[in-house]
Amino acid sequence: MNNSIGNTARLLGAGLRALLVLTVVCGVIYPLVVTGIAQAAFGNKANGSEIKSGGQVVGSALIGQRYDLPKKDPDNADEAAVPDLKWFQPRPSNGLGTNSINTQYQLLVSGATNLSGDNEKLIQQVKDAKEAVVEDNSVPGYRVDPADVPADAVTSSGSGLDPQISPAYAKLQVHRVAEKNHLDVGQVERLVADHTDGRVLGFMGEPGVNVLKLNIALKELTQK
Amino acid sequence: MSPVVAGVLQFAALAVALGLAYRPLGDYMARVYSSDKHLRVEKWIYKAVGANPTTEMRWPAYLRGVLAFSLVSVLFLYLMQRLQGSLPGSLGFVSIPADQAFNTAASFVANTNWQSYSGEQAMGHVVQTGGLAVQNFVSAAVGIAVAVALVRGFARSRTGELGNFWADLVRGTVRILLPVSVLGAIVLVACGAIQNFSGIHEVGQFMGGSQQWNGGAVASQEAIKELGTNGGGYFNANSAHPFENPNGFTNLFEVFLILVIPFALTRTFGRMVGSVKQGYAILATMVTIWVGFTALMMWTEFHHGGPAFDLAGGAMEGKENRFGIGGSSIFAVATTLTSTGAVDAFHSSLTGFGGGITMLGMQLGEIAPGGTGSGLYGMLIMAVIAVFIAGLMVGRTPEYLGKKIGTREIKFVACYILVTPALVLIFTAVAMAMPSTLTSMTNTGAHGFSEVLYAYTSGANNNGSAFAGLNANTPWFNTSIGLAMLLGRFVPMVFVLALAGSLAEQTPIPETAGTLRTNKPLFTGLLVGTVMIVAGLTYFPALALGPLAEGLAS
Repeated sequence: MNNSIGNTARLLGAGLRALLVLTVVCGVIYPLVVTGIAQAAFGNKANGSEIKSGGQVVGSALIGQRYDLPKKDPDNADEAAVPDLKWFQPRPSNGLGTNSINTQYQLLVSGATNLSGDNEKLIQQVKDAKEAVVEDNSVPGYRVDPADVPADAVTSSGSGLDPQISPAYAKLQVHRVAEKNHLDVGQVERLVADHTDGRVLGFMGEPGVNVLKLNIALKELTQK
Repeated sequence: MSPVVAGVLQFAALAVALGLAYRPLGDYMARVYSSDKHLRVEKWIYKAVGANPTTEMRWPAYLRGVLAFSLVSVLFLYLMQRLQGSLPGSLGFVSIPADQAFNTAASFVANTNWQSYSGEQAMGHVVQTGGLAVQNFVSAAVGIAVAVALVRGFARSRTGELGNFWADLVRGTVRILLPVSVLGAIVLVACGAIQNFSGIHEVGQFMGGSQQWNGGAVASQEAIKELGTNGGGYFNANSAHPFENPNGFTNLFEVFLILVIPFALTRTFGRMVGSVKQGYAILATMVTIWVGFTALMMWTEFHHGGPAFDLAGGAMEGKENRFGIGGSSIFAVATTLTSTGAVDAFHSSLTGFGGGITMLGMQLGEIAPGGTGSGLYGMLIMAVIAVFIAGLMVGRTPEYLGKKIGTREIKFVACYILVTPALVLIFTAVAMAMPSTLTSMTNTGAHGFSEVLYAYTSGANNNGSAFAGLNANTPWFNTSIGLAMLLGRFVPMVFVLALAGSLAEQTPIPETAGTLRTNKPLFTGLLVGTVMIVAGLTYFPALALGPLAEGLAS
């Protein structure tokens, strides 16, 4: 009996030593080596692909943002956000969470709605989003057909931080953006075309338009 | 190019890349686990552990090594989370509550990576990088070690010796997982995945104000998360988060990392038993199921059945624009046919049938190609059942790779295949009987049931993905899923190692005209059928209540 307890203790000791050594190798040396290489070779990317506009950092090229009007009452958490239609609008992000645990920070908590295709709440969200997209983007001389609204315009992404919209959704916003900014439709169309990324190597992933980059370019255009 | 064509091309490119890696990686792994030489760093590790890497172990000793190492790992990871509030480098994050810390410790040690926490707001650098990411390596190495021990059971005769657990653990980590992870992490950073220790990152926004992210060693964790078929994301959105998976290429690259070791292990198996054709037959079975599931997934997702998706004009809810439907379908199948559980699109918002495919993939036992190691041993168990059934049909004593499948062997195999279904179905039934479960559900009706069935399927099969509408951060779910993960990982390993020991003791029997040829397409067909029938009969009633009901209604 004593012998078997001794053996078990020896075995657990070996297990602990193995874990500690492998923690040093895989949990300390490995991430430090990768960080060293990453920072030396791809510094900007390793730090979050920040992009600037007018000398100011305005976000990450990879993380989606909202383009809403300022709140009427900044202290009212329930006030619904109203999109600033001057700017290209991103996908809905109904699954984005709020930081609830370590509340000394105001971290973005990525996430999806996790609603199923037959969920009434999701059906309502899609319906409302579609109506809003049609209404917001229909301007004199250009009427949006509800059948032309692409799926990404009315659904939330997996992360809630999708930096892109589909080229179809960008195209649909062109007339509105041109009107609100007093620009030619042709000018804005060219802007969208210039900021449309194709598939990687022609077949990987889907084409998309980075909304932040597009809006930065739009801002430059309007300030010319 | 239409999204469907692009999806098919991406799948084809992935298959080619995996095909190119198959032989060199499979042969390399066979050499790693057969070599007598020790690298200098390995010798140093053995010295620190106090283990002699050349000591041969019989199956009980090998099992004791697995269990001792894993037990210590659970305790260590649990304590780390419980003490997070006092550990330096934790960004000031508080300690994790007891039930959630148990769940997470069990989850990462069992190679499951079920997460009832949101990474970015709960875990600091020390726990993420020094605790969770370490288990991503070693739990994968333990899985491969057990698979290699079973292969040695087939390959060796009249000995009962299965190798040395410590040597297999260390070699898998140092010679296979680490080098590939370093390369993988660098590729990911080059494409935009982040890798820094700047902590909470605050950057300005276009419309004014600022946003805060929790930065960290993301790329290094992402690489081993996929390569070790772990799946625990740095961020809550997992591989849908742009910092974990920045573009269409990284998406395919991550799927490649998920599948490369499990597929190549069939080559390692073939090499070690002295016939690569035996490995090809197993590989062909895995590929058949993988291709079939991916085709079905793409069909149902492009077809987008479901009222909300019909209204939207596409099943883009929970999917990222940069991956689209094709890339998301490929990822969803790969992650659930292996024990990965990483997601680049949220499975709860897949179509009814799409959700069913992910569940069935796990319920097959994650064997096509399955987790690192666990996929190979799971499929070999099914192969033993297949030869057993074939033997019954013709009235011969079944044999596989020159070893008799007698009463003793078939008992171990039968126990193996009963463990996970029992855990899944019993825990699901108990949870559904509890009134409190209703309050955890986001969706109602068939999909609400699916959320619970998915949770225990994912836990007991060590997958880790979720129908994440279920709020699983309750004492009941944290505890019961934690137990399902531990039992679903280690009880089957007991039977695998016992089987391996029993096979290794046998004297090989010569092949005769009556021996079932297990290296031929006929056997592959038999094996595919066995896999589908065993899982189908077990889970069909439960699937009918959940995803099938939802899919047929849409």
